[in-house]
Amino acid sequence: MERMPRWADVLLVPLISLILAAAISAIVILAIGENPWNALKIMVTGALGSSYAWGYTLYYATNFIFTGLAVALANHARLFNIGGDGQATVGGLGVALIALYLPWPHWTLALLAAIVASAAFGAAWAAIPAYLQAKRGSHIVITTIMFNYIAYALLTYLLTGPMKPSGTMETATAPFPEGTHIPSFRDLFSHGETILFRGTPANVTFFVAVLACVLVWMLIWKTRLGYEIRAFGFSEGAARYAGIGSTKIIVVTMLLSGALAGLMAINNTLGEAERLILNAVEGAGFIGIAVALMGRSHPLGVFLAAVLFGFLYQGGAELSLSTSIPREMVVVIQALVIMFTGALDNMVRMPVERLFANRRARGTPVAPLAGPTAERAPDRAAPPSTPTTAE
Amino acid sequence: MALDAASPSAAPPAIELRGISKAFGPVQANRNISIRVMPGTIHGIIGENGAGKSTLMSILYGFYHADSGEILIDGRPTRIPDSQAAIRAGIGMVFQHFKLVENFTVLENIVLGAEDSGLLRPSLARARRELRQLAKEYELDVDPDATIEEIGVGMQQRVEILKALYRKADILILDEPTGVLTPAEADHLFRILGNLKAQGKTIVLITHKLREIMAITDNVSVMRRGEMVATVRTADTNPQQLAELMVGRKVLLRVDKAPATPGAPVLEVENLRVVDAKKVERLKGVSFTVRAGEILGIAGVAGNGQSELLEVLGGMMRATGSVRLKGRPLDLSGREDARDRREVGIGHVPEDRQSEGLVLDYTAWENMALGYHHRDAFANGPFIDRPAIMKNTIDKMQRFDVRPPDPMLLAKSFSGGNQQKIVVAREIESGPDLLLVGQPTRGVDIGAIEFIHKQIVALRDQGKAILLVSVELDEILSLSDRIAVMFDGRIMGERIASETNAGELGLLMAGVTGEAA
Repeated sequence: MERMPRWADVLLVPLISLILAAAISAIVILAIGENPWNALKIMVTGALGSSYAWGYTLYYATNFIFTGLAVALANHARLFNIGGDGQATVGGLGVALIALYLPWPHWTLALLAAIVASAAFGAAWAAIPAYLQAKRGSHIVITTIMFNYIAYALLTYLLTGPMKPSGTMETATAPFPEGTHIPSFRDLFSHGETILFRGTPANVTFFVAVLACVLVWMLIWKTRLGYEIRAFGFSEGAARYAGIGSTKIIVVTMLLSGALAGLMAINNTLGEAERLILNAVEGAGFIGIAVALMGRSHPLGVFLAAVLFGFLYQGGAELSLSTSIPREMVVVIQALVIMFTGALDNMVRMPVERLFANRRARGTPVAPLAGPTAERAPDRAAPPSTPTTAE
Repeated sequence: MALDAASPSAAPPAIELRGISKAFGPVQANRNISIRVMPGTIHGIIGENGAGKSTLMSILYGFYHADSGEILIDGRPTRIPDSQAAIRAGIGMVFQHFKLVENFTVLENIVLGAEDSGLLRPSLARARRELRQLAKEYELDVDPDATIEEIGVGMQQRVEILKALYRKADILILDEPTGVLTPAEADHLFRILGNLKAQGKTIVLITHKLREIMAITDNVSVMRRGEMVATVRTADTNPQQLAELMVGRKVLLRVDKAPATPGAPVLEVENLRVVDAKKVERLKGVSFTVRAGEILGIAGVAGNGQSELLEVLGGMMRATGSVRLKGRPLDLSGREDARDRREVGIGHVPEDRQSEGLVLDYTAWENMALGYHHRDAFANGPFIDRPAIMKNTIDKMQRFDVRPPDPMLLAKSFSGGNQQKIVVAREIESGPDLLLVGQPTRGVDIGAIEFIHKQIVALRDQGKAILLVSVELDEILSLSDRIAVMFDGRIMGERIASETNAGELGLLMAGVTGEAA
């Protein structure tokens, strides 16, 4: 029954997990004859030490925020959307279509259109798995994974055929026209002599991602739909009893989840490459699973976890550039973080929980079952002005 | 009783617990419990849900380890680190939920885990011989070659008892053994327990039913909030005193209610049929009427179609036939869901509050809106109106005495009785014309039972129709105005509550109709 305080749940446990992952990474780095302290310094400087470093870290973080939110939202309905990769891939197709085949007088309009198009395409890609789950009981994990492969194949076909400009060897569309170029962080934050974020891909999409965090938070904890999604996720029996239709919840949640994954495509197409490239998603859909796990499916947690993974991506890239630590080692470090924060979460959580339970048991005399120490709702959805119980 | 009165040196207690304490986090499930169970007696342990009875027995059976205290079996200090050790010490346990392999035969289940060697045949042959012996001795007759799924719950329970005896148990612990039995099956069980006692076995009976304690135990221990508050000779006590010891205050065991004044029909059910996913017919043409201002009780052993009846009426299951609410037909084809039922005025306290009536991971205030969250009172357009629901919840928690009255507490943190009060408050206060009530007091402590019963009667007195489904015959008898008995998907008969008794209903519950009886 008893849990630990909220701060331990959201901060202490992930922190311990991270330290464990770092410790094992250090041992592995030692084992191949490198200095782990040095490696850490390179990662921190490379990912956080300059505006250049931040320009990459936040670019990756933007991707992970979207895919993390997609997984997190589906999690609330106890749906495991593992198809973020495919949905983001198809979302990119939506962005490319509007960018290439419609004229755009100003980037703001192009950005709005890209939001609509990427979300719609991502949602469409999630629609069939959603329908099959709701009506036929086909497991969403299986179908979304299969749809990832269909998405890759579809894009390969389009980028080697219909959408490839003639005379090029690259599997990419033609560059997007001038009117669709959305501002990068360099455009936004450089002033006069000081050029910030030089040569980095971070762009205005980051703010779209932040906005998405806020909107998803509102959806989950403030709206009737969010109430129904969470009720369904916690207890299908109770949802049925309350007249909350499972078909509606599964389909709507998956459409929204697919839309969030699709939005990621704005970052790597409109924002960075300014054209659609094959494999632009680079597995961000799967990182989103780790991000959502580590962020405990809360938009703020997703944001923080996405920045952490952005750091690992960028820091890892720097590491393989400036040391003899091979690029594969970076993948190992990322895998360790995912393993400890995601898969082995309970390994840390349960001892910490026991620690708090013991401390509390010693601190307080007998507490009846529903006494003052019983579990209260984490007030994660409460705005500052929440009415208190003491009305 | 002779043993009980004998001097301590004559025979050590079969079980003696000294100062057993066990905490789960901050919850002290057992505190400094000492108890002596004399050999060759039936010892009852009674207490409300959450009083710590099951924890204590789990410690004795090696599922949990006590934080402190010691266990003596036949006077010898014994460590019981796991259930294997318990079996070696001669302790057998019959759980509330049977632990049998459904598609194994009775014989295979009995031998399972106690095989003599790698080869099965000699074990089975030996078991068959012993089984025949045991059946003769204790009236424990079972068909050794039937599979578990073929036999009824009464016989399944006998298999559990046989399993324990086959493992040479001298001490038998039974956890709420009569919950799933008809009165006749329960009587049979008590005869078996009597025979076991006569052969010198020691029996510990955990129950919350005072009637059973009075009927078959020699001594009874009462637990309250993790403590052993009293151990008395059954002959020296009475149900009223035991109830007071359990709750810690005076309680009303009978429901105080005036005679009903039934009005116009509210619910008319005709020829209702349900076929489940496995193509088994669960309801085989059920017809009845509930009038305004009356409580119709549906009695029956669990699993005879009562759950399906409630689910159909609550809009959670398809059916054929006709159901009319205040003259208007309800759609049974599955097009209308639970929400539509609420809109036409049907409130529903479901049989299982944990998996249906409440979202356990939701707070009390979130649960207070469950099923009504779309109503204008609780919603602002697409948003939920948290302040409004909160205010409503605080008000209902006060009036229905939900403890603690904290709307931010998660539903799973409330005791069973308080969880049920939340559900009852929500459904009664939604102002239904018809209230469906399933097992209103299952797993609910006596104090809360009293309160919930009063609320149901009060709703009746406001002229509402109430359909009550319960497997507790006492509850049906004391609360209902009319009683219909269900058996095998049919209504076996209807009786006026004041003109019938448990014996007559028990026969109907077993499928014996008036003419045959």
